[in-house]
Amino acid sequence: MRPAALVRREARREAVRFALFWGAPSLVWQSLFFLVPMGFLVAMTFWSVRNFRLTPDFTLANWKFVLGASFFHSAYLYTLELSLLTSAAASIIAFPSAYALAFAVSARLRGLFVSMLLVPFFTSYPVRIYALEIILSPKGVINRTLADVGLAPIHLIGTPTATVIGYLTLALPVVVLLQTLALAGVDRTLVEAAHNLHCSRVRTIASVVLPSARTGLTVSAAFAFVLTFGDYIAPLYLGGSKPPTLSILIADQVKSGNNWPRASVVAVTMIVTLAAALAVMLGLAYRNPKGRS
Amino acid sequence: MIGAIGRRAALFAWTGVVFVFIFAPIISTITFSFNSARFPSLPWAGFSLKWYAAVLTGTTIRGSFTNSLVVAGATAVIATFIGFATAYVDYRYRFTGKTVYMALAALPPTVPVVILGVAMLTFEARLDLYGSLTGIIVAHVVLCAPFATALVRMRLADLDPDLEPAAWNLGATLWRTMSGVILPFCAAALLAAFFMAAAVSFDEFMIAWFVSGTHETLPVRILDMLQGQVSPRINAVGSLVFGVSITLVALAQLLSARRASNADRRGRDE
Repeated sequence: MRPAALVRREARREAVRFALFWGAPSLVWQSLFFLVPMGFLVAMTFWSVRNFRLTPDFTLANWKFVLGASFFHSAYLYTLELSLLTSAAASIIAFPSAYALAFAVSARLRGLFVSMLLVPFFTSYPVRIYALEIILSPKGVINRTLADVGLAPIHLIGTPTATVIGYLTLALPVVVLLQTLALAGVDRTLVEAAHNLHCSRVRTIASVVLPSARTGLTVSAAFAFVLTFGDYIAPLYLGGSKPPTLSILIADQVKSGNNWPRASVVAVTMIVTLAAALAVMLGLAYRNPKGRS
Repeated sequence: MIGAIGRRAALFAWTGVVFVFIFAPIISTITFSFNSARFPSLPWAGFSLKWYAAVLTGTTIRGSFTNSLVVAGATAVIATFIGFATAYVDYRYRFTGKTVYMALAALPPTVPVVILGVAMLTFEARLDLYGSLTGIIVAHVVLCAPFATALVRMRLADLDPDLEPAAWNLGATLWRTMSGVILPFCAAALLAAFFMAAAVSFDEFMIAWFVSGTHETLPVRILDMLQGQVSPRINAVGSLVFGVSITLVALAQLLSARRASNADRRGRDE
């Protein structure tokens, strides 16, 4: 063989080695420690627990038990309802603030507020929920203030309202952030054109701003839904687990019930629900606008 | 005119309320960590550092803090390596199945941590990884690597794609180009990725809660404390945790911002 060909072949081999060296780590790690555990979770739903021992099996008993249990039905509907409610509430509450940050402040100030909104994401969520627990408690700031002005106290801890308040602390920073970015991307000339045509402010928002920012707004609502649907802390510490959500069911089955297959069934139904919800929401977000008219 | 001013004022007032709502728990935690009263409530009972003293001398909290540092450090090293490798592959190569490859690399943070936690628990229990720091690290890398990938990928987007082939044409090997061109260019982003991954790991409570067993990390310890009575020590330990995470994220942001200003300068020179 000619040396030039040999050199070329060696170089090609080296290039393959190089590509594999950088390409393999992510593939290997995420397959081994993400895909396999997730697959294992699905397999686990068909296992059985005999004499408190986990046994590989192929039984539909766990699925039948969980899907037929009334406690699961109520937890499922309750979790879905609260997450959808929070997603809608967060979107509505966030919108005026995102609108202000996108249109009424300088780019510099907007940057500052946007980095501020990243802070909650990195400040221990359980600690923030604990702080809310204190703020909302019968002796907390809110009820003290109410008592000072002579109003009756409100009992929030242990109610779904408190859970939604907790969900909002989780979802609002993300929703305000994403909405601000979405609105800041709206073409200003379109808004000005609407004004020049004597379009009222509400009408401008409804027919220019909202349609242009639709993708970002829908994605932010989807984020709120995903974040709150899987949350365990707020419904436990603020809602008092009355009634439990799906994540509380999972934790209870694992930690006290010691029934991992049933916990896996609940987890898989959550994944399926989230995937379906995301498919619907992203479908709405990226739907071709021409399809409407 | 008055209508316009009123509308602006209302918008800003609403924004203020939203921000107060978002930040009230953080401000309340830090404020009451310095309050000497047992129950965190107004009126203010006097400045005190006793809860910090109680936290810093408690051996269980100190032990869990050490565990958290070990986990966050090891996670950040591995996640930064994997993140860089993935970002480079995305930058350099086109291949069949790349979409799937990148989706797999980005997917883990979209799965609720409670589900990841159960999946990791059932899997790691089989491998005898359950209840070890290694088990937590393995799971945290899965979660943190995508953040590292994103930060490095953003940096590589600023690298002229012809620079590497230029180095090859001048006779540099693939490895030499990597160490002489790519890695120096990404140095700040790699540090940013390291701090970001460390911050995500340091704050992660749910997966660690499932798989840690007796080797509690600090957030898991805090969860246990929350299950007990109201204790002002939680405010002190919470404030410390806020401090560590925010420092890490601030470092990451600072390093990423330097990247942006460098890019600005280059833009002006051209």
